[in-house]
Amino acid sequence: MKIINAGIQDTIQDSGRYGNQHLGINPTGAMDKYAMQITNALVGNHAKEAVLEMHFPAATIMFSQSALIALGGADFSPTINGEPVPVLHPIIVNKNDILQFHKPINGARVYLAVAGGISVKSWMDSRSTNLKAKVGGFNGRKLQKDDHVLFRLAYPYPATQKEFSVLPWKADIKVPSSSQHEETSQLFYILPGFEWSQLTTESKEQLTNNSFELSQQSDRMGYRLNNIPLITTLKDEVISSAVSFGTIQLLPDGKLIILMADHQTTGGYPRVGHIISAHHSKLAQLKSGDTIQFRLTDLQNAEELFINQQQHLLQLQNACSFRLKEYFKQKN
Amino acid sequence: MNQNKLPYSIFSLGDAAITIDFGNMIDQTINHQVISRFHQLRENPFLGIIDIVPAYSSITIHYDIAKIRHLNSGTETAFETVEKLLEEKMMQSVPERTIEKRLIKIPVCYETEYAPDLLQFLSAKNMSREELVALHTQKTYNVFMIGFLPGFAYMGEVDEKIAMPRKPQPNIVAAGSVGIAGKQTGIYPLISPGGWHVIGRTPLKLFDANREEPILLKAEDSVQFYSISKVEYENY
Repeated sequence: MKIINAGIQDTIQDSGRYGNQHLGINPTGAMDKYAMQITNALVGNHAKEAVLEMHFPAATIMFSQSALIALGGADFSPTINGEPVPVLHPIIVNKNDILQFHKPINGARVYLAVAGGISVKSWMDSRSTNLKAKVGGFNGRKLQKDDHVLFRLAYPYPATQKEFSVLPWKADIKVPSSSQHEETSQLFYILPGFEWSQLTTESKEQLTNNSFELSQQSDRMGYRLNNIPLITTLKDEVISSAVSFGTIQLLPDGKLIILMADHQTTGGYPRVGHIISAHHSKLAQLKSGDTIQFRLTDLQNAEELFINQQQHLLQLQNACSFRLKEYFKQKN
Repeated sequence: MNQNKLPYSIFSLGDAAITIDFGNMIDQTINHQVISRFHQLRENPFLGIIDIVPAYSSITIHYDIAKIRHLNSGTETAFETVEKLLEEKMMQSVPERTIEKRLIKIPVCYETEYAPDLLQFLSAKNMSREELVALHTQKTYNVFMIGFLPGFAYMGEVDEKIAMPRKPQPNIVAAGSVGIAGKQTGIYPLISPGGWHVIGRTPLKLFDANREEPILLKAEDSVQFYSISKVEYENY
């Protein structure tokens, strides 16, 4: 496919570069891994296959060959050749079809999966773009106008239609916060962090009772929150140690930051809490100005919610691969 | 003290990682234990481990919740299972590794052009550039951990006379910048915001994606700095 116009930040991402954090190499990977996995499932890919992650404004893309594609995560009102197409459906596109995005309806990051996957060189076992280290993905950078992104496989099905076609089934998932609900803040479950107990009683209450707005400084590295400064009773500096996706750190000015996909491997700020894994997907679909709330939970509940999510994904993968097989069997 | 018997605590780092903590401090004995445990786990990992991250005085294991829950058939939380597996590992003593202790010599240009914080540092310390260079190059430093950025080595400890708390406001720091924060010294592998006082710059690449070993330094390496001139830096 060819990038006709670049978006604000379009990068190739997969499930992340793990196993090298002891070298300081941060995992990167898709912000919304769940959306990435679902989008891959829709085109019959392995869950970890590399996809294109786009923010709004997103790229305008021309397909250089027939392909089975799907869009997932955010809804930026996509069109193909000017005609609206839905997210979360498999779509067969033909050579010279043009995919565009017009307006953010909900969410912050859309994923484009292509059957067979995107062909970029793997570096340290991952195709994810590490923008800071300028490595991985497409030459270690975001996509630019006139870039040609190759697919790993030729279109595996006979091209029968003249027009692009939206296949008639949809991945059944809860969509991220829609714009109609922008007033209400979203709830995120958190687990207490190691330095949680060092927060003053008042600060603990603020953390679990207040709403927090995502500041303008919110990107793939982390979301800074606009909050009343929180206070700890910590006297000593915290010595650097590992952090994780979803870790909520307390910065020296009392503000909070939630670490996201491009977070560094280690940090020395107090870790007041961690957003549970099952909520990382909706976390990844937030943008500056959105408001959120935190509620404490326990590990048992966090794990149950994650397992439920994974089971749902597994069902979806099975259903998608069955539907695809049936569909193309009929076509032949 | 038998280094295998150092006291530690275990706590969760969110729902998909666990940290073994030997006390919030910079100490070579503790760090040696951390690195030994890291190698023990790397060589004999249990199923479900995604990443092992040693730091100054802690080691963190990122794990796959679903895999662990599959292994324990959901009879307990993944955290409980990983905690038990780690407790077992910690009961085992770590055999002393026969490692060649690497000594890596790193050229540094301590000229103001490559050291944006040098003049301020010298005036705060009321010392000459020569004194600073002598103090910074005279010691052999231990690499305690790699973290923050690809290949960023946390080294220590610098002479008390050149220890300095980090800057209140971070600014953009060039790749190769050599900095001081507290009693730590380190090198920025990439251009990055940074809060360490930059007192020099090395022409060496701490991180090079195209090199067979992209990362130059690793934990427990010994590092010595030596001073080079501006001309030497530019022709390196």
